[in-house]
Amino acid sequence: MRDAGMIERAPLLNAVTHLLMIAGLLVAAFPIYVVFIASTHDLPTVNRVPMPLWPGDHLVQNYATVWNKSDFGAKMINSLIVALGVTIGKITLAALTAFSIVFFRYRARMLIFWAIFITLMLPLEVRIVPTYAVAADVAEPLRWLVWLFGFELGIAPINLLNTYTGLILPLVATATGTFLYRQFFLTIPDTLVEAARMDGAGPLRFFWEHLIPLSRNNMAALATIMFVYAWNQYLWPLLITTDARMATATMQLQKIVPGPLFGQPPVWNEAMAATLLVMMPPLLVVIFMQGAFVRGLVATDK
Amino acid sequence: MDRRATFSNLWLAGALVAPQILLVIVFFYWPTVQALYWAFSTQPPFGGTNQWVGWQNFQQIFSDAVYWNSVQVSIVFAILSTALSIGMALLLALMIDRQLAGHKAYRFVYFWPYAIAAPAVGLAFRFIFAPDAGFVSAINQLAPNLWNPALKGWDAMLLIVIANSWKMMAYNFIFFLAALQSIPRGLIEAAAMDGSGVLRRARDIQIPLLAPTLFFLLVINITESFVDSFGIVDITTGGGPARATDLMVFKIYSDGFKGLDYSMAAAQSIVLMFLVIGLTFVQFRYIEKRVHYA
Repeated sequence: MRDAGMIERAPLLNAVTHLLMIAGLLVAAFPIYVVFIASTHDLPTVNRVPMPLWPGDHLVQNYATVWNKSDFGAKMINSLIVALGVTIGKITLAALTAFSIVFFRYRARMLIFWAIFITLMLPLEVRIVPTYAVAADVAEPLRWLVWLFGFELGIAPINLLNTYTGLILPLVATATGTFLYRQFFLTIPDTLVEAARMDGAGPLRFFWEHLIPLSRNNMAALATIMFVYAWNQYLWPLLITTDARMATATMQLQKIVPGPLFGQPPVWNEAMAATLLVMMPPLLVVIFMQGAFVRGLVATDK
Repeated sequence: MDRRATFSNLWLAGALVAPQILLVIVFFYWPTVQALYWAFSTQPPFGGTNQWVGWQNFQQIFSDAVYWNSVQVSIVFAILSTALSIGMALLLALMIDRQLAGHKAYRFVYFWPYAIAAPAVGLAFRFIFAPDAGFVSAINQLAPNLWNPALKGWDAMLLIVIANSWKMMAYNFIFFLAALQSIPRGLIEAAAMDGSGVLRRARDIQIPLLAPTLFFLLVINITESFVDSFGIVDITTGGGPARATDLMVFKIYSDGFKGLDYSMAAAQSIVLMFLVIGLTFVQFRYIEKRVHYA
């Protein structure tokens, strides 16, 4: 109630503000609306210029076609498995790592902190080619690691292409969540740790009985942004899945439309139905978990 | 980060960080070292181990007009989409922050675009801006072939700029609004009592106090436009027409996975990596400043 609370009359400015807010609403919502409308018409109607702005009666038919034609249900389930896998894996790893570097005292912890911190500067997209090579044989770096310690070990090649593990693990290995948890753990007062120890709680019990319940908000914030991030992944699944059964819904969009330049024009009503299916899960997460999502975004990205 | 009460079981401490460290080594450091190695070596045409070639790969990409084209395209894309998305987000955040009737409903919807996957955004905008369907093609009925992103480079660039800005606008809006709401209410009230109007307060108080957020968002938007734009380009323009939207990350992908030239792709990755690292350093310096002022 900032302006309304002030006794201030600016009718013209208020009108302009309302107009701009409505314009913003149109900009934000219109493309989503168009996707929905286009997915409810038959092909000739959708290709009319300009397209009608009211829903048609081919909704069920279009979605059924898309769903059956490219086995979209299975792709949505793959996307869900990957998104949940990344979310759960990330929360678990981030909480454990932050717990270790905040509540234990050892020399290497600053080194570990920085080793994880630097990964923020290496997004997947810039090291995409070698990461692909790692996924093709994840035992290779392990062999080198072992070799560094003076052993020679014949580990058989481990191929992660076309596996859920390959889709999930590289997305779990990032720093964002670790720092969110570290920030939160640093706010836990020493007295709580002391009290827990006086009750005879070891580190694991302290973690499980005190830290985890306290970090529920933190967990919700991280879970929402990780779910959206993982569901929306495109380049990585496109690279490491060649088997159609492992394809995710997001990368399936590329298979549904022909190349941008030549060839047949896309079957727009079906393409838009697929687009809406891909849009919905993360959009629903943001709509129902708005508070957690915004908190997570603002906290991790600064 | 020192606290008095800490645990001392070092084996446990190590076991707790081990999974994360292992993943970071396998999926971050190893590929980065690998990329460096490939960037300084080439693969013999008939297989076998790579041969060290020093800076040759870099000399080759830097003397390649196609590479400089992708650099130029990336910069144009970064500037246009950053300006557009930040400008719109700032305007909307200032309006919402006036908290007139209904502002919560508007705010709610303004978040949405950021939830949507880049290729889905791309496909939606490819339809809306299609030359022969959707809406924008209506102008082609007035002047034939005025708008055609499949054939005209600038139309294609505009298409990916608009699609990317739409998504990033939502992100920038969230940060601008959070920053506006952290401005002490008393400051605004005092200014109002001194007789300064809404526009005056926006110009003299709110926008100057938003400067750190603005700077942070500039860096993030430029980085994102370098890194995260693959999904939009791949599904709308495919880098075309005639490489008019051949962004750096898209070129790395096509050289590496379509052209199977790992050394060239790796050398380009290293250049992009240094760009991103440079931008991240700029951003850290900003964080230092913000902590200082806060």
